[in-house]
Amino acid sequence: MTLGGIGLVATLAVPAVGAAVLAVLPGRFDRAARITGTGFAAVTLVLAVLLAVGATDTWAAYQPQTAESPGVHPWHELDLTWVPGLDLRFQLGVDGVSYPLVVLTALLTLLCCAYTWWRVPAPGRGRTLVALLLVVEVGILGTFLALDLVLFFLFFEVVLLPMYAIIAIWGGEERQHAARKFALYTLFGSVLLLVGVFTVVTAAGTADLTELTGGTGLSKGTQIAAFILLAIAFAVKSPLWPLHSWLPDAHTQAPTVGSVILAGVLLKMGTYGLIRVAVGVAPEGAREAAPVLGILAVAAIIVGSLVCLAQSELKRLIAYSSVGHMGFVLLGIATLSGTGIQAALIGNIAHGVITGLLFFLAGAVKDRAHTGALAELGGLRESTPRLAGLLGFAAIASLGLPGLAGFWGEAFAVVAAWRVGGPLWTTLAVLAALGGALTAAYLLRLLRRVTHGPASPAVLTLTPGLHGAELAAWGPLVLLALAIGLAPTLVLGYAEVPIGALLEAIR
Amino acid sequence: MIQTVDNVALLPAYLAAGTAVLVLLADLLVARRGATVAVFAAGAAATAFGAVLVGAAGPRRTFCAGPDCSYLANGRAALVGCLFALLTLGVLALSAPLLRSGQVPPGEYCFLLACSMTGGVVLGAAGDLITLVVALETLTLPLYVLVGLRHRSVAGAEAALTFFVVSVVATAVTLLGAALLYAVTGTVHLSRLGAVFAAEANRPVPLGGDVPTGPPLLDLPLTVVAVALVVLGLAFKVAAVPFHAWAPATYDGAPVPVAAYLSTASKLGGVVALLAVTATALPARVTGPLLAAVAVLTMTVGNLVALRQRRMVRLLAWSSIAQAGYIVAPLGALALSSGRSAEAIDTAVAAAVAYTVFFVVLELAAFGAVVALRPAVADGGEIADYRGAARRRPWVGAAFVLALVGLAGLPPGLAGLFAKVTVVRSLLAGDAGWLAVLVALNAVVGLAYYVRVAATLYAAEPAADRAGEAAAAPVVPAEPGAPAAPTDAPVLPDAGPIRPAWAVVAALALATLVAIVVGFAPQLILDVAAL
Repeated sequence: MTLGGIGLVATLAVPAVGAAVLAVLPGRFDRAARITGTGFAAVTLVLAVLLAVGATDTWAAYQPQTAESPGVHPWHELDLTWVPGLDLRFQLGVDGVSYPLVVLTALLTLLCCAYTWWRVPAPGRGRTLVALLLVVEVGILGTFLALDLVLFFLFFEVVLLPMYAIIAIWGGEERQHAARKFALYTLFGSVLLLVGVFTVVTAAGTADLTELTGGTGLSKGTQIAAFILLAIAFAVKSPLWPLHSWLPDAHTQAPTVGSVILAGVLLKMGTYGLIRVAVGVAPEGAREAAPVLGILAVAAIIVGSLVCLAQSELKRLIAYSSVGHMGFVLLGIATLSGTGIQAALIGNIAHGVITGLLFFLAGAVKDRAHTGALAELGGLRESTPRLAGLLGFAAIASLGLPGLAGFWGEAFAVVAAWRVGGPLWTTLAVLAALGGALTAAYLLRLLRRVTHGPASPAVLTLTPGLHGAELAAWGPLVLLALAIGLAPTLVLGYAEVPIGALLEAIR
Repeated sequence: MIQTVDNVALLPAYLAAGTAVLVLLADLLVARRGATVAVFAAGAAATAFGAVLVGAAGPRRTFCAGPDCSYLANGRAALVGCLFALLTLGVLALSAPLLRSGQVPPGEYCFLLACSMTGGVVLGAAGDLITLVVALETLTLPLYVLVGLRHRSVAGAEAALTFFVVSVVATAVTLLGAALLYAVTGTVHLSRLGAVFAAEANRPVPLGGDVPTGPPLLDLPLTVVAVALVVLGLAFKVAAVPFHAWAPATYDGAPVPVAAYLSTASKLGGVVALLAVTATALPARVTGPLLAAVAVLTMTVGNLVALRQRRMVRLLAWSSIAQAGYIVAPLGALALSSGRSAEAIDTAVAAAVAYTVFFVVLELAAFGAVVALRPAVADGGEIADYRGAARRRPWVGAAFVLALVGLAGLPPGLAGLFAKVTVVRSLLAGDAGWLAVLVALNAVVGLAYYVRVAATLYAAEPAADRAGEAAAAPVVPAEPGAPAAPTDAPVLPDAGPIRPAWAVVAALALATLVAIVVGFAPQLILDVAAL
């Protein structure tokens, strides 16, 4: 086993071991358990960052690809036999498409674990919460790292029940309903993924993504059937309008750390799967279905924005804004062009950072003011100027101001759609741009209602200070939002070559 | 003609039958519960061991008429025999509190269970329709009594009667089908039947005068009716819709360990019988669509009705009906797949067997947890009675949740997940994509009720609810001193939770351990299923 292979296994094993350790720790060491869990999450982040060591196809170390090379070039790879009877191999790998997402996952999990030092949502039991967060991390990291289709499906499923438990135990008033809706919707998606995966695997005789990318050996009919199944599966997770209705409930009811993980990285499993699995494995199906995907994505942008304009609850508004933002990501993917997929990847990361930050802030506001109703939150600027300032920063980053992270994904998704040309895509580009304007409108409305305006009684009593743990959890996200905005090459530098290879393979 | 009998091949059957006889003798001569149970446990373990031993030595056959044999001791027979013995052992362990309570006579209970085990062991090796039906009846007949064995239990008597009537009708239907098949083909051997139908399917179109005239066998209405009757009669045994109505009432009225036996061993028997006739004997052109329809109905109805259940054992009963649908589904794909190649059949049968093995392990664990969480002689009770149970008893609760999640087919219940994966894969390999999608969607419906039970187990318990449990729990009045929930206790009647017998805990722990191991190494199951 190579050093890189060990690194891949360790990235998954460390949080898994951490969760197991926390599970057997006695309940009275709750605080110690939370700190231990954070330690495991920190080690995971270090390991995840280190995966870039030895990367072969970044800008810094570019090597021209040979003609027969497959569509996926992992920097590090690991391939072990697990269940030959089900075509399941323990095959992991990391490349420029998955690496930024892996790091983002590890970072957000670390921040969420650290956040629980300071605040464990009711009914307590922070030990269990941190353990579940680590299990979710294993599932998400595994999904991004898996290079075997069946293993990908397996990790995709791992996330479901721990996340259900996080919502159902630590959530808000309607948590049972929201958690059940989340579980059933997501399972609906993942069972279709199961059928889609095995449609591909039984037809191609292998589950190796590096071999499958490009759709070699699959007939057009199989590719179309597989793409439809896979696209629906990922559309539920992403979520794509009209399969999104689990998201507002889950995000609103989940505890702060749950919302951050949900919005920050869980949704990315859907878009990542769409790029790597659905488009990669069934490109002909993708080409056939691209217009439909594009239309739905633009519908998501418009519908999400319009619903946001009418929202009166802070977390619900941010949740619906995810529908719109992920619409841009899906529009980028639907163009099947280099620009579009790069826009999707950077949009993914930016949304993870910014919406993660927004949910942290919304949680802080709700914890302080005990309400999320926009009407009762006026004048936040007057009592807690720093919180209001951060909220303003995050909202502006979210609406896509140039120079901040949100800009690149949305702008280039529109550009990519425009470049495809033809009446349909031109219309879609125009509508998406219009949706971008609507995004600005509802986020400015949010700021006007919350930070400005007359101070409401609920807000006036708040103390201005921010806790150190809060700053520690939010600081990295603020910095990342700025850094990615100023230097998108942080993400795209890794992604450009692998995406080129992917497009080459599916041509 | 003098027939030579291969006694080695029959060893597992001898051991199982010997166990039953020894149990009876031990009960008569020693008349102590411990001795009877010990003899039974040793006998069951020996049977399992013997089955493995004979299976490992290579395939054997006996009671042959020409090339066709009535008793085939091959790898699958060994697997089935071993499974039956182990399941019986598990159920015996779960029965420990029931036997100790004096609600059932231990000697009779153990004897009947051993008889049933004998039927199961023979069933796995049955090579003709008569042996098959006799073995199946030997498996089922003691269960009528076991279901109603508890003293003074009206529910038990009702359940036993329902089960008896339905089951006898089902057997009559199967026998009628077998008789008609004999009338059509002139044989009862499964291999001969398969050969006859295969020859019919490949028969050249009659052109000249030398080819036997008359309509092809497969087009005879009588053939179709005969095949359908055999399959449908066996569908009763696996509690497949529309022949499922007996199961919930019977499970709920029976003592919980007997319900566990019904839903694991007895269901396994039905599946084995169904596999035996569909895989080798009957034409897939007829059985395929029939079983596909039965599978779709079974999983859909089972899951949808389970959604509305409020009693624990009834919920498990409906869920096991739904699970039977997943088991039958791969067989339904047989005829749909183009051509009936030997490989396609093997894949489908192996998938059904693998799913069954995964299922019985998880189901035994689930019933084990129910037994461990309930007072000694209580029935399964309402689901609401389990509120907060996992908080009082974290390990049992965790095992229960693992079993339920496995039945739902999700991580961390990896065994159940791989079971679903196996079935979906075999369906897609058999070109039955629509059936795969239906199986997948049914899994979503299934999660809805499994997760409801799991959430109840971890729910906070309001103190007021607890007082009502004692009244609701036991159907049978508990003996004085039995550790049932006392009615006059203050706020928390079972604050010191009922300590389950060690045998129950051991069986639960073992079933859970097996579920975890095969969850991480499903290839073990896939390998034995493909034997």
